[in-house]
Parts: sequence; structure tokens; C-alpha cells
Amino acid sequence: MAKPLKTLGEDVWRTKVEKVNGELFALTYGSIVTQLCRDFNNNYAKVNTQLDKMGYNMGTRLIEEFLARSQLGRCRDFRDTAETVAKVAFKMFLNISPTVTNVAPDAKAFSLIFDENPLAEFVELPESARRRAVGSTAGPVENGDAMASAPAQAPLWFSNVLCGVVRGALEMVQLQVDARWVSDVLLGDECSEMRVTLIKVLEDEVPAGED
Amino acid sequence: MILGVWIINKAGGLVFQRDFTTGSNVVPALAKLSTNDYLVLAGTFHGIHAITSRISPMARSTGIEVLETDTFTATCHQTPTGIKIVLFTDPNQANNEALMRRVYDLYADYVMKNPFYTPEMPVRCELFDVHLFKLVQTVNPAATQA
Repeated sequence: MAKPLKTLGEDVWRTKVEKVNGELFALTYGSIVTQLCRDFNNNYAKVNTQLDKMGYNMGTRLIEEFLARSQLGRCRDFRDTAETVAKVAFKMFLNISPTVTNVAPDAKAFSLIFDENPLAEFVELPESARRRAVGSTAGPVENGDAMASAPAQAPLWFSNVLCGVVRGALEMVQLQVDARWVSDVLLGDECSEMRVTLIKVLEDEVPAGED
Repeated sequence: MILGVWIINKAGGLVFQRDFTTGSNVVPALAKLSTNDYLVLAGTFHGIHAITSRISPMARSTGIEVLETDTFTATCHQTPTGIKIVLFTDPNQANNEALMRRVYDLYADYVMKNPFYTPEMPVRCELFDVHLFKLVQTVNPAATQA
């Protein structure tokens, strides 16, 4: 743990991970999202759920890559987790370092502010995808049934896959979290903010010697 | 010389096991066991690992990391996700930690990134086998898969 996380993230990104063309990446993701929109008839609530699920499946696998390349051990606390996700994980996979803010007083929740987002570089959402449910600033609940209430009004959280990735990856290190977008520049907000809330530490699954 | 590699899943199930010969008469290969014996041994190791971390006089012990005998050494690395990689080498092999890291890298690449691999299930990924064998060959040039 000698190196500061920021330096570690930069080192890993520079020396240990494969790079791909950013435009290929952005266009691939864009076509996936638009295909989902077509498949679900522009029911953005469903698209959001699907993106979150896809991200979850990616996260449960990417965590091994993250641990193997970064050679990091277990985080001391959730605040440490926040810094690691922002400065090492996002740096390593997307070459961005979102800012950690709004850490809850009990350190069980934090926000990540994304100044840049390679997924959304060329994206302008259509009017219908920007419409928000009245009186709700929070993103739709990620699991299926809870969102049946207001399907038509849900906006498209274009980068929802990232919430899923964070959720999946942290679950594999026994941290059950809720991750969702609170705001997105694509929807006309000032900034893009992802809120990550610790639900519980999955004590039963913590491997021996790690508890 | 690398003699063998095991991968044990979270639940203590052996999901991968390979032995390698060294091509040298000085360092013989590990004894060949039946599939069932490997499963039992891996399960036992999983249990012993848990016990060693519990009986530690200091909190936060990682559990067993190295098991040394006069004929072989077993190095165990447990990831924060709960997977254990066990590397069997001859007692004179140096830098086991670095080798272990390489095996974990290969696992992350060719097992976890294979979309058709189901986590926690036995590893049947040819690319992983191929690259693991290449790694083994850098240590024992005359290696064959036992």
C-alpha cells in the first residue's frame, strides 16, 4: 500500500492493460443501447434495467482482472473502496477518474462525479429519452418489478451499464451495494453523478482469513 | 520447476487441476491421484486454510500461504473474491509469488473473460490451458502435461 491510489491507477493503466480504439468502443456501446431501445420499444425503464444487468455480469468478471492487475488487497473501509473504485478501477478500465464527493456521515454511501464519460462522447439523447418522472430526481430502481409504476416517464440513463459494473464487481468482494445515476449531463443536468450506497457486507461469504 | 496448479472455488470445490512433468530426472513429477482424491484433497486444504486463519493469535491472518516439504512446496494465494490458487513447485523454486501472480493474470484473462465460462464451475478453457502451459515452459523448458 506504499503507492498512493492515484499513482497506482495511472501505473496500471499505463503498463498493464490492453487499450482499444475509443471510438470503436463508444460506437459499439452506442449501438448496443440503441438496439435495446428498439427491442424494448423505447421503454427506457426496461432498457435501464437491461443495461444494469449487463453491467452486473461484466462486473462479476472484471473484478478478477482488476484484482490481478492492481494487486490490491481488501479495502479498509467503504471510504477506501470509494477512492479505489474512482482512482484505480475507473482509471484502469476507462482512463477516467471520477471525483468522490458527498460521502455520507456514516461513510456508507458516496457519489462519483464524472467530468468525462467515454461512453457518451458522441451522444445526444432524443427528446423522449430525456423526459423525467415528475417529482423524482433519482434514477429508476434497477430491479425489474419496482419500476412498473412509471415506465413511460423514466428517462434513459445512457451509461447505466456502469452502475451494473460497480454493483457486480463490489458484490464479488462481498459488498452489496446499490448503484444508480442521480443526474446525467445527457439529460441536461449540471453534472453526471452516480450514487453508490452500501446495503450490507455479505459476512457469510467473506473468505476465511479476510474477515 | 512448476509441478502442478490447482484452482479452488469459494466453496472449496476443485475447479481446475493440472500436473506438469519437469523433463528432469532430478525433480520427479507429483504422484498421480484419482479425480476423487484430488477433490478430497482440495476440500481438505480449503478446510485447513480456514482453520489456520481462525487459530491465528493475531486477527486478520490470511491463513496458510506456503506449505513446505522436503520434496515439494505448495504456495497458496487467496483472492479477495475467495478463489484459491495453489501452485506446486519443487523446493528450490524461487519467486513463487511472481509465478502465482502470472497464473492469476491468466485466470483473469482466459477464464473470467471467456463469456461462456460459468463462474464457480470447473474450468474447461483451452486458451487458459495453452497459456498456462507456456508459462510453465518458461520455468521448466522440457515440461509436458502430465
